[in-house]
Amino acid sequence: MSKSVLVDITRCIGCRSCMVSCKSWNDLPAEPSEFSNNWDSPGKLSADTWTNVSSYVLEEGDQLKWRFVKRQCMHCNEPACESACFTHSFVKTKEGAVIYKPTELNEDYCVGCRYCMIACPFDVPGFQWDKALPYVQKCRFCYDRTKEEGLEPACVTACLTGALTYGERDEMLALAQDRMSKDPRYIKHIYGEKEYGGTSWLYISDVPFDQIGFKTEVFNRPVTQRSIPSLTWDVLKWTPYIFVGWGALLTAMRAYTKRRAEVHNEEDLYGPVDPKE
Amino acid sequence: MYGRNWSFRITWFRILLIMLMLGAVAAALYRFVFGLGAVTNLSDQWPWGLWIGFDLLCGIALAGGGFSTALIVHVLHRDKYLPIARAALLTSLLGYIISLVSLFLDIGRWYNFWRPFFYWGFHSVLFEVFWCISLYTTIQVLEFGDIFFEKVKFPALKKLLGYMMTPLLILGIVLPSLHQSSLGSLYIVAVDKLYPLWWSMIIPFFFVWSAFFLGPAMVTIEGTLASRAYGRQPELPVFQSMTKITMWMMIIYFIVKMIDLNYRGVFGMAFNGSFESNMFLIEMIVFILLPIFMYAIPAIRTKLWGVVTASLLVVVGVVFNRMNVVFTGMAKSVGGSYFPSVWEFLITLGMWSFLALAYLFIVENFSILPKEEHTHSTHTSYGTGFNV
Ligand code: SF4
Ligand code: SF4
Ligand code: SF4
Repeated sequence: MSKSVLVDITRCIGCRSCMVSCKSWNDLPAEPSEFSNNWDSPGKLSADTWTNVSSYVLEEGDQLKWRFVKRQCMHCNEPACESACFTHSFVKTKEGAVIYKPTELNEDYCVGCRYCMIACPFDVPGFQWDKALPYVQKCRFCYDRTKEEGLEPACVTACLTGALTYGERDEMLALAQDRMSKDPRYIKHIYGEKEYGGTSWLYISDVPFDQIGFKTEVFNRPVTQRSIPSLTWDVLKWTPYIFVGWGALLTAMRAYTKRRAEVHNEEDLYGPVDPKE
Repeated sequence: MYGRNWSFRITWFRILLIMLMLGAVAAALYRFVFGLGAVTNLSDQWPWGLWIGFDLLCGIALAGGGFSTALIVHVLHRDKYLPIARAALLTSLLGYIISLVSLFLDIGRWYNFWRPFFYWGFHSVLFEVFWCISLYTTIQVLEFGDIFFEKVKFPALKKLLGYMMTPLLILGIVLPSLHQSSLGSLYIVAVDKLYPLWWSMIIPFFFVWSAFFLGPAMVTIEGTLASRAYGRQPELPVFQSMTKITMWMMIIYFIVKMIDLNYRGVFGMAFNGSFESNMFLIEMIVFILLPIFMYAIPAIRTKLWGVVTASLLVVVGVVFNRMNVVFTGMAKSVGGSYFPSVWEFLITLGMWSFLALAYLFIVENFSILPKEEHTHSTHTSYGTGFNV
């Protein structure tokens, strides 16, 4: 029952309707953009921009290929942001969306520590740096539209070319396989199927993912396929044993080395220092 | 001595500290009204900066002197270290207070700071860090209460604290061991973000172990500073005998580090000439191997300058390591750039000025440093010539 969006890079024409509809559905203010030498303005996700389309020009022989990549929160199957948050402000819903409770459910526990931002492998969450009491913000998979109103996410509805397809995750994986088998131009990889334990948003493409800004290799190694929460848990699960074991060991040592009479008369040993010396 | 009233001598140096502190308070108020963006250079790429990297991570590590001395003196009962026990406790307590203050300044929705006590995100490393730090600070306040009530007479309370002291002491070692290590575990989530020379599944071990061996070095520095400031004899014999603990722990640290790098197959990255690899080599050679040798050579170890220099290297080395984890190791993967703003520096400076002032006030009014057996007139050579 976990929803998913399949993004087909080959079909995206970079019209940015998804960005506009995301802003308008979610009442997000526009960001002042600076002049830049490319088509990526504003170029990155932020607290006010939950989805962004970046453009890539690839040279292939004497041919130029334009490719456009829509980015947003990947809605990981086991989200790092959720496991990192110590106030449980992020939750993975059974519908697949990873939502932020302070703004979504009015459960305002977030302390604004930004550990979720350190944790997210896709650098998604944005912080309202200019607010006195800032929230963390990111794509919410249009949880309100999909859950309460039975609609598709605003960006999917807005997409004219069928680059975005919304449905059950298994069905989207099957659809991706189907397209890949029918058309040999596709790279044989579904981005998001396994990365960091899998994500709800899936991508297929006809150009290698690393050439269009996807994280496929880090420090010359393929990206981790295990979910980040499972890594942390491998360490955290020892906490109670260390607590009890180390405490017991210390108590035993203290008792063992304790001399018959404990005679450091501390009051005589120490004294205040006199600054006038 | 105890009949003496409260005293706090004002010198120019202290006036400077007070002004820095007031400046920081003003900047902090500004930050609360206008938000983090108005005073810091933090961004979505660099959500954690100077306050978390330096004041929290380093502050807590530098406070490691508290728990290592507590372990040595109160659990292993090595009484010869008793003269430095209280000073170590005091600086540790102050270090934790700084860390809590910087955490409070750094969190965006600060009025929610108490929430993690009630909404249990126990799968978060930060949850463990938060609980341990708050509990341990409370414990240190109680431990300090024992000293406090020597001066401020309140026999009933002092007696009560006396009963609680053993469990407090044990908890006061277990909790910091746990959270010193979990400050390292915080970075396990940064897999594929933190450079592999620092990222490791056993980064918690490296953090707790270095916080521990940092302790004696930190105590040496503090002790020397205090003795200079007050024209006293430094506890040289105590410092020297502690070097053995530090040296062996550092040797083990180094060996485990090498094994870990090999096991993960990233050993070669230390020599690939990148910025990260050079920083890593500096960390290992200047701040680990060099002090090990200095501690190992008696001609250096037995001199005051020798112990102090080696200890300084150890202390700076741990700070260097934490900074590498927070900044150097993350720079490549997160992109963008971060350099703290003047305001961030000002607030940091102000917090550490507060620490210095509080330390001076407390040692001059409570029984923290050992009484000197002899009169002090002979030790003028240790004076600094300036008034702290
Ligand atoms: S992409 Fe980042 S913010 Fe989105 S669910 Fe995954 S970890 Fe959380
Ligand atoms: S900033 Fe808020 S949501 Fe993010 S980890 Fe901290 S408390 Fe959780
Ligand atoms: S799913 Fe909704 S919130 Fe997310 S990018 Fe699309 S429109 Fe924006």
